[in-house]
Amino acid sequence: MLLLQTENIVKQYRTQLALDKLSMTVPKQSIYGLLGPNGAGKTTLLRIINQITAPDSGAVILDGHNITRNDLSEIGYLPEERGLYKKMKVGEQALYLARLKGLSKQEAMSRLKEWFTRLEIIDWWDKKVEELSKGMQQKIQFVTTVLHNPKLLIFDEPFSGFDPINASILKNEILKLRDDGATVIFSTHNMGSVEEMCDHITLIDNAKSILEGSVSKIREEWAANEYDVIFRGEANVLSNSHYEVLKSSIENGKTSFRLKTVGDIDINNIIRDMTDRGKVLSFNPALPSMNEIFIRVVEANKNKLSKSR
Amino acid sequence: MSNISTIISREYSTRVKKRSFIIMTVLTPLIFVAMFLIPALIMGNEDKEFKKIAVIEDGSDLFKGVLKDRDDVDFVYLENADAIELKTTFEEKGYYGILYISPVVTNVPEAVQLISKKQPPLDLLQYIERSLEQDIENQKLLAYNIEDIDEILKSVQTDVSVQTIRIDDAGQTKETSTGISMALAYIGALLMYMVVLLFGVQVMRGVSEEKNSRIVEVIISSVKPVELMLGKIIGIALVGLTQFSIWMLLTFGILTVVQSQVLPDNPKEIREQISQSVMSQVPTGQDRGVTEQTIQLSAQEEEFAKIYNNLMNVNWPLIITSFFFYFIFGYLLYASVFAAIGSAVDTDSDTQQFMFPVMLPIILGLFVAIGTMENPESSLSFWFSMIPFTSPIVMMARLPFEVPTWEVVVSVAVLIATFIGFVFLAAKIYRVGILMYGKKISYKEMWKWIKYKG
Repeated sequence: MLLLQTENIVKQYRTQLALDKLSMTVPKQSIYGLLGPNGAGKTTLLRIINQITAPDSGAVILDGHNITRNDLSEIGYLPEERGLYKKMKVGEQALYLARLKGLSKQEAMSRLKEWFTRLEIIDWWDKKVEELSKGMQQKIQFVTTVLHNPKLLIFDEPFSGFDPINASILKNEILKLRDDGATVIFSTHNMGSVEEMCDHITLIDNAKSILEGSVSKIREEWAANEYDVIFRGEANVLSNSHYEVLKSSIENGKTSFRLKTVGDIDINNIIRDMTDRGKVLSFNPALPSMNEIFIRVVEANKNKLSKSR
Repeated sequence: MSNISTIISREYSTRVKKRSFIIMTVLTPLIFVAMFLIPALIMGNEDKEFKKIAVIEDGSDLFKGVLKDRDDVDFVYLENADAIELKTTFEEKGYYGILYISPVVTNVPEAVQLISKKQPPLDLLQYIERSLEQDIENQKLLAYNIEDIDEILKSVQTDVSVQTIRIDDAGQTKETSTGISMALAYIGALLMYMVVLLFGVQVMRGVSEEKNSRIVEVIISSVKPVELMLGKIIGIALVGLTQFSIWMLLTFGILTVVQSQVLPDNPKEIREQISQSVMSQVPTGQDRGVTEQTIQLSAQEEEFAKIYNNLMNVNWPLIITSFFFYFIFGYLLYASVFAAIGSAVDTDSDTQQFMFPVMLPIILGLFVAIGTMENPESSLSFWFSMIPFTSPIVMMARLPFEVPTWEVVVSVAVLIATFIGFVFLAAKIYRVGILMYGKKISYKEMWKWIKYKG
């Protein structure tokens, strides 16, 4: 079941092509990661979904229909460039933003009190924004983004500016929103959070989508016959003609290493061979981190582009 | 529509609740009133203390008894007094000052000196000058040995004060005062200049605050950029109208209270008498009876009544309605330009290069308005009161001198058309500008934004 689709979106700025026939499909009730180097076109795409910018061609389809301005009340958007009125009181301001999303005053008030109490920021209600730290302001922005219970949440770099404690609070809130039925798109450079949270990703580089799919599938596809092993026993386990050792360390008689198989060999043979020499404590396929995949895919794309030029 | 009213109400209430707004709103009328009253108070309050002035002549007695004592001044004629000695001792002897008259005064005007410790009041000086002048004139005339010179002098004494009476197309006459028209022109034009600039710049600040605090993208994910821009412009316009209405009410309120306290005891009766006399005088010429009545009024009261009468003859409804119209549309025109500037720049210092071309017509308008006061019918004034960027200011200066209705209508129509065009252009610049950071913006760049579609 899809919530959002973008079809062949093209956006040309004067000197630069920002999006080149970009298509992506976001399943309902999932967390969707939008990755890519700086300037790849992520923010432009998010702005197009929010109808802040119009695409030159292509369509954005929400819940089966072309998106219109009426859908904006179904979307919560936390832009990368975000802020608050510095001289306004926190509560007043949150109320104002909620009302712009179409909530009635009473409704907005009761939901705000609930959120503020839960995130332990109710004491700030009458403070002016300029008295708060940046992290505190981010929390308020998060609340105002999700307050109207939108079915689509869009966060552009949500974790920048958060300390680890607040970042993890935020992560849990996002996961909870997803479990309650919301669909989340977020763009980030924080690959750790992608592995932790995202169900699907699209990687945009130079205006094009160069990698798309579910995170687990992508990591499996990019796994290159590598395994992490923890082994207790003979030290010559590190030299073997069936595999090469990429890195290793020995501690308390335990040898930890990563191996990469050579040729077409059944890994059962390798494990059998190891159990003859000692005890295999752990043997796991080494999935590449999203970080590695990101770098490799983008580098490869760069080479391809420079060759084609 | 509900979004735009939410925006308007935020823009309005955050500004109206500010301490600076409340202080400005209350203080400004006080300053206005002070500007009206301080000159009046100084005149009314001039030192009424009783003065004794020693009159000394240098070797003659031509002016003995010429200076008559007044309620507050006694002139003591000292014969054969030692001027030099008296200079040091007049205070001890209870004199306010020494009036020293040299006999050459008949030919040399500066030959009279009033020596005193304090600055003497102006009306005392005028009294002395007038008395001496008249006496010298009389003596000079007497020297011609004309028979019945006293009678002749009395009969030739005349007093002329030009009354300006304008006749409108219907043949109705109206007494006017150029002085009052000029004052109104000046106040109207200056006020227009102030409010347009004051509130226009507030729009620019507000837009650039939203851009710099990075809240703008959050908001335009809920509302259209043009709604945000118009909401701000209208909100601030309402702030301006509120402030201006309070200013007017407070000023008139305070003036009314003060007037009944400070100015003549029963001004109302005097006003009525005077207006009757003026009415009857204008068509028929001289009507002795009424004139006699008016003569009994003190000069100050008469002056006051005259001003009052002239003020009543000003077309207030036209001027006040026009002011509101020109304020609204003139402000809207400039506010949309200011909003575009605020959206395009990152820092206040960058606004300078764009402020200049905006300030230019405003300041030009003010200059032409000042020229208009001298010469209300000039073609320069006419054209500048038609050109939309200067018309609000210049027309305010022209209105007290009465302007044909069609000119006002055309001028407002041109202003409205221009404002609509500029809001359209400003919205296009605004839409792109608010999301553009870290880039130095040129006019060329802005022009490109206008041409963007979508």
